[in-house]
Amino acid sequence: MELDITLAREFYRQMLLIRRFEEKCVELYSNQKIRGFLHLYIGEEAIATGVMQALGADDSVLSTYREHGHALARGIPAKRIMAEMYGKVEGCSRGRGGSMHLFDAETRFYGGSAIVGGGLPLAIGMALADKMMKRDRVTVAFFGDGAVAEGAFHESMNLAALWQLPVLFVCENNRYAMGTALELTESETNLANKAAAYKIVSRQVDGMDVVAVAEAAEEAIAEVRAAKRPLFLECLTYRFRAHSMFDAELYREKTEVAEWKQKDPLAVLKMRAETAGLWAQLNADELEEEVSAIVDEAVAFAENGTLESLSDLEKFVYSEEAAQ
Amino acid sequence: MSEKMTYREAVRLGISEAMEKDERVFMMGEDVGRYGGCYAVSMGLQEQFGPQRIIDTPLSESAFTGAGVGAALNGMRPIVEIMTVNFSLLALDQIMNNAATLLHMSGGQFNVPLVIRMATGGGKQLAAQHSHSLEGWFAHIPGLKVLTPATVQDARDMIGLALADPDPVLIFENALLYNAKGELDTAAAPLPIGKALVHREGKDLTILAYGINLFKALEAAETLSKEGIEAEVIDLRSLRPLDDAAIMASLRKTHRVMVVDEGWKSGSISAEIMARINEQAFFELDAPMGRVCSMEVPIPYAKHLEDAVIPQPDKIVAMARRLMEAI
Ligand SMILES: Cc1ncc(C[n+]2csc(CCOP(=O)(O)OP(=O)(O)O)c2C)c(N)n1
Repeated sequence: MELDITLAREFYRQMLLIRRFEEKCVELYSNQKIRGFLHLYIGEEAIATGVMQALGADDSVLSTYREHGHALARGIPAKRIMAEMYGKVEGCSRGRGGSMHLFDAETRFYGGSAIVGGGLPLAIGMALADKMMKRDRVTVAFFGDGAVAEGAFHESMNLAALWQLPVLFVCENNRYAMGTALELTESETNLANKAAAYKIVSRQVDGMDVVAVAEAAEEAIAEVRAAKRPLFLECLTYRFRAHSMFDAELYREKTEVAEWKQKDPLAVLKMRAETAGLWAQLNADELEEEVSAIVDEAVAFAENGTLESLSDLEKFVYSEEAAQ
Repeated sequence: MSEKMTYREAVRLGISEAMEKDERVFMMGEDVGRYGGCYAVSMGLQEQFGPQRIIDTPLSESAFTGAGVGAALNGMRPIVEIMTVNFSLLALDQIMNNAATLLHMSGGQFNVPLVIRMATGGGKQLAAQHSHSLEGWFAHIPGLKVLTPATVQDARDMIGLALADPDPVLIFENALLYNAKGELDTAAAPLPIGKALVHREGKDLTILAYGINLFKALEAAETLSKEGIEAEVIDLRSLRPLDDAAIMASLRKTHRVMVVDEGWKSGSISAEIMARINEQAFFELDAPMGRVCSMEVPIPYAKHLEDAVIPQPDKIVAMARRLMEAI
């Protein structure tokens, strides 16, 4: 992938937006403006950014509870995500979902699932439907390294390979499931090898380098689309923050976190841009301003949003249109 | 036009009619294809519709049920068959956390037009891991609809009704009914989801039942009739939504009511029905409400023990007499 100024700027802008958006979330959380669980993606921005840019509008995305980055990169407007965290009607799930359950029909974003591994069978079904209807779509399923221990993961890998379904599995291996390190939960810590055991083409990529992820994702999605079979992409990454706002982070050394911060995806991209002689032209300050305006606008939008009327509380348990 | 057929044939007819009508309909589950279904419901369907639409799955209840949810989200009309309700517990995450909740959690954006069929009930000496009646549990969950076809007519009609519904519908087929024969009126308009049906009119007491217990209740009603007690027998048909109106209307006529439910008593659908009567029609009651449920043990293997555990006509008769004796 040739890193030109347009691409470098777009990647930087996208990752910066995710970063600043979430930093604002922390602030709002401390001020009790938003509540519930809040899982931050900070440190992992290169993955959502790299993968989403490779997708077409018709492709489908399934995500986890750590999905602000995915949602933003997929194109759900920041203000609709923020309004959701505020529990407002204008939120992308009308205040029913919150941080962990972002949904958006327009961008084919199917959540936002808080059951670890629970979205994987859905991805199988999404892709099965595309295959049966002979549509040229790809389904992308994001999940963490922790999900790999769940039965749903293994059942889904088997079905995806057995039925040759167009799914890209994106495993965000940040080495921890809450406070438990991968070494403590997996007999095989090379997760790509696990998927390969199901006869799924599997690769690993540096998840801190947006260009590497973007290249790997473009290639992977093109392969899934052309060959109509699944592919497993393990992105090696790290989260810089605690698992959630309730996590005192007693399970890992500060030095380990500091070491990984050297590989901050924003810094990695900056270095790449500098090497290519694009950094000055990229105008990072201007991007900071642009992103900051989007975040401010999102907060204002959420603040001014409306609370769902209690008379509508029981809506959407069943579809409104009656069955004949 | 009326035709005599087995319940099994009626379910199969419902499925094949739906598949002919709509190319989005397909069925998947363990052994539904080449084997023909573990209760032979889908026998012949794979030859008719091909392995692309009658799909054999691995033993992966969680994944293929979740795949049904995903396919429904993406424009299909899947019918998922789970061999028996006991195995549905392996898919409970997908049924409850995904199928039942996605519409609400997405603020109304994503409905899940999924149909899940499963066999339920005891009486075949299959012991505790193959004999339970958990439809009442599923009826607890907002977002799901729970159907319990008792008759050949409903066995066929409910497939179409469930597929036409925009939301996830669970159909519980009592395994003992598959061989039962009945009349099917192929031309009749199906009675909608959520409507109970009066099967036998009576003035003295109301017996509410569903699934196979409808027939046990009808048998009991015949015995009672010889004693001069005329029981009104109602087939609930649907456990969620429940037809409160039909229940209360019958009670206003008979002023005595009992529920027959193969679930365990504690926290059962019968408990829910009695609570609703208490809330909505307490002053219509001339006697305390009664119920015949399964005894609170895992269903045992030995025939005499199993027979003793699940509702039987003689227990229904005894309960009816008790209600009639109460002042
Ligand atoms: C089925 C299930 N079990 C446990 C949890 C509680 N839980 C929430 S997040 C999490 C860790 C998951 O780790 P991983 O899949 O690696 O994702 P990450 O948080 O690292 O992005 C756990 C155990 C859950 N949400 N779902």
